[in-house]
Amino acid sequence: MSPILEMRGITKTFPGVKALQDVTMTVARGEVHAICGENGAGKSTLMKVLSGVYPHGSYEGEIVFEDRPCQFRTIRDSEERGIVIIHQELALSPYLSIAENIFLGNERSRRGVISWTETNKQAAALLARVGLDEQPDTRIIDLGVGKQQLVEIAKALSKEVRLLILDEPTAALNDEDSAHLLDLIRHLKEQGITSIIISHKLNEIAAIADTTTIIRDGRSIETLDMRGAEPVTEDRIIRGMVGRDLAHRFPAHEPDVGAEILRIEGWTVHHPVDRSRTVVDQANLTVRAGEIVGLAGLMGAGRTELAMSVFGHSYGSDISGRLYLRGEPVAIRTVDAAIAHGIAYATEDRKHYGLNLIEDIKRNTSAAKLQRISRFGVVDAAKEVTLADQYRREMKTKAESVDVPVGKLSGGNQQKVVLSKWLFAEPDVLILDEPTRGIDVGAKYEIYEIINRLADAGKAVLIISSELPELLGTCDRIYAMSQGRITGEIPRAEATQEGLMRLMTMEKTA
Amino acid sequence: MTTMEKNREAAPPGQKLTTYLGQNLRQYGMMAALVVIVVLFQITTDGKLLYPNNIAALIQQNAYVLILAIGMVMVIVAGHIDLSVGSVVAFIGGICALLISDHNVPWLLAVVISIAIGGLVGCWQGFWIAYVGIPAFIVTLGGMLLFRGLAIVLVGTTVAGLPTSFNDISNGSLPNALGFLGDLDGLTLLIGIVAIAGLAAGQIRARRSLLHNDLRVEPFAAFAGKLVISAAVIAYITYLLAKSAGGTPIVLIIVGVLVLLYTFIMTNTVFGRHIYAMGGNLPAAMLSGVKTKRVNFMIFVNMGLLAGVAAVVTTSRAGAAVAAAGNNFELDAIAAAFIGGTAVSGGIGKVTGAIIGAFIMGVLNMGLSIMNVDPAWQMAVKGLVLIAAVAFDITNKRRAK
Repeated sequence: MSPILEMRGITKTFPGVKALQDVTMTVARGEVHAICGENGAGKSTLMKVLSGVYPHGSYEGEIVFEDRPCQFRTIRDSEERGIVIIHQELALSPYLSIAENIFLGNERSRRGVISWTETNKQAAALLARVGLDEQPDTRIIDLGVGKQQLVEIAKALSKEVRLLILDEPTAALNDEDSAHLLDLIRHLKEQGITSIIISHKLNEIAAIADTTTIIRDGRSIETLDMRGAEPVTEDRIIRGMVGRDLAHRFPAHEPDVGAEILRIEGWTVHHPVDRSRTVVDQANLTVRAGEIVGLAGLMGAGRTELAMSVFGHSYGSDISGRLYLRGEPVAIRTVDAAIAHGIAYATEDRKHYGLNLIEDIKRNTSAAKLQRISRFGVVDAAKEVTLADQYRREMKTKAESVDVPVGKLSGGNQQKVVLSKWLFAEPDVLILDEPTRGIDVGAKYEIYEIINRLADAGKAVLIISSELPELLGTCDRIYAMSQGRITGEIPRAEATQEGLMRLMTMEKTA
Repeated sequence: MTTMEKNREAAPPGQKLTTYLGQNLRQYGMMAALVVIVVLFQITTDGKLLYPNNIAALIQQNAYVLILAIGMVMVIVAGHIDLSVGSVVAFIGGICALLISDHNVPWLLAVVISIAIGGLVGCWQGFWIAYVGIPAFIVTLGGMLLFRGLAIVLVGTTVAGLPTSFNDISNGSLPNALGFLGDLDGLTLLIGIVAIAGLAAGQIRARRSLLHNDLRVEPFAAFAGKLVISAAVIAYITYLLAKSAGGTPIVLIIVGVLVLLYTFIMTNTVFGRHIYAMGGNLPAAMLSGVKTKRVNFMIFVNMGLLAGVAAVVTTSRAGAAVAAAGNNFELDAIAAAFIGGTAVSGGIGKVTGAIIGAFIMGVLNMGLSIMNVDPAWQMAVKGLVLIAAVAFDITNKRRAK
């Protein structure tokens, strides 16, 4: 059987950069084909070439889809042939209903008048196909990210998709939703839909992909048969992605634990709008100097909410409980008070909550503690540049100077700017929420090294992460959270993924 | 240690002139546009545009836009808008004139009270915007009606009969204290020389400090070129003003001080940084400990103060308070800010940009007036220029991507 898609000798150049160089990829009919590569390797560019975001003629090489050459000028052209791409950042209109979103731009109408019966009926059928138990007239904003992802897939199915491209589909999903999504992809495969999946989560790729193409520095490096006699391990994929053997994904670290710095007792937080909902329930937690403590939990367990409420009540309402710094009780009700007390919180969503993307590195670095470089409200610009540059070098942020807008940096480098920003604030307690989300393997290692250095410098570090191997690999002690409560505390030596998962899924009793 | 040294090499102190110009196209584009417009009118008006007296009049006529545009840039950078400034100008202008003519308040005290009332107006609007959370568009739309109504109630139609010394703020010039050099006013020349010297000293010091810390600076050619051109422009304007009937207009000093002060505030103070941070990414600013409510409040208090200054300048220029004064001033100020490169979405914008934007509008007004173009057409031309400037901005950004 001939392959459904062949991309041959694709080369795409941007002014001054060769984003793709002679990339070749063959996708067999009916398979799940994974694309792996570090951030910036060219995966998304390749998919943009395929889907017509970059029009025919702006790249070299040829694309053959279902035995016919493709010369797409717009995304519409590729959609007409049945190629649908679902981007990492979902493109749904929040205040419209599920049905309206599914048929957006493709309305069920007669002579320009929408047929609502038809719209909702067909939407319901599509929802059943993707296994989403929601009414078609539910608004998108009332759905969680996992369900929104399913709506995107239903939308793709409405276009009679033949090749479905998913860019980081599970990046924002919890394990349960991810598992459901992977099941759905398998299910679609049985119905004859071919999928290309871009993912950083190697365990998922190992579980679902039939074939994996590895892209590195804009070139296709190799294609692995995942269903062959020899099982392809995660380490094998990583080796291809980084071009070097990563025997250890986590740097070794000997903790030097000192006195207790942060302690919270009976910490209870309610939802900011619905005050009757308890989001964090009677949490107790301590972090000591030089210690790296993990906080594990599924999405919605209350991890971020706990961290942000401790960070100057930046989340929640009716917050109660006691907060101690170095054994002294303190009342911290605003973010600037939290920063002044030496607490830093690096958000899980750096683009929306962490950085000012239109500003440069130096101004982002100094943003959380301008007092450090100002006197009587006047900023010492020279000092700012010097210090920001010092952090840039320490973090090895890849940028030609601190005048580069952070919006132009890759995810890993943006994360380093976020870390620079919070180190600039000179904290004693550093809360890192998903510090390696959306970052490639090589940069992750560097972030872990930075975290280790911070602990060695005597800071108390609290890491929130959805990736259990990451917590097991970096933390000295791990708390598990479920439904707003801390359900357990395990020292590194005794922690296993299975044990943590049990605590993370522990149901509320009484 | 070795990696640090390597990184140092990777970040050379100078950059290429062409890349530098490319990155700063927007900023220089508007300056170039101003120059082109000036040259164009210089030709179409047979050289009348740059008559010394016209230059003085240009500054006096447009002082209100220059002053309001400064505050408006800050408002827009923070992600807001202020539609009320025209009405506030009429309201405060009325109070100022009534204090002087009906209550015999010494004019200088009346000026101080007027500016203070501007601050109170700002408190009123800032309260609703910052602490109640009503969008600025709504609050200032309400303010536009409210203060226009109050202005009409207070002023009726006109309050005239203001002292000459008060009217001199916007119509008079600095005294000829240093005599003449040929036919040039000595004091004006001195101010020009001080301005050029100050500019050069400031720029050179800033560059030295960057170089001293081994940090990247703009290419020397760009640096020197900018300095020479700015100095030449100041020298030429100084020459023209020194030749004009009165010398340096008093209001130029007021505007000049405000521009320097607010450029400093926006670039070198924590307050200014917080405005940019909030406009660029509000949630990120909140999570960086910026007291966003207080900053928002202060932005509108500041806008009110500047509206107070503009009211004094406008009333003084007209020699009377008029209920219809300040009509469309808010639109002039907003247009100046946008022409000067302020981003509609907030986070980007410079005081100097808005000043250039205001001058582009002012030169258009004056040039078209000298050419005897119908005011209706003048308005239409200004509208097109605004759209063209923002279109240029947007296409330029797209190209940069």
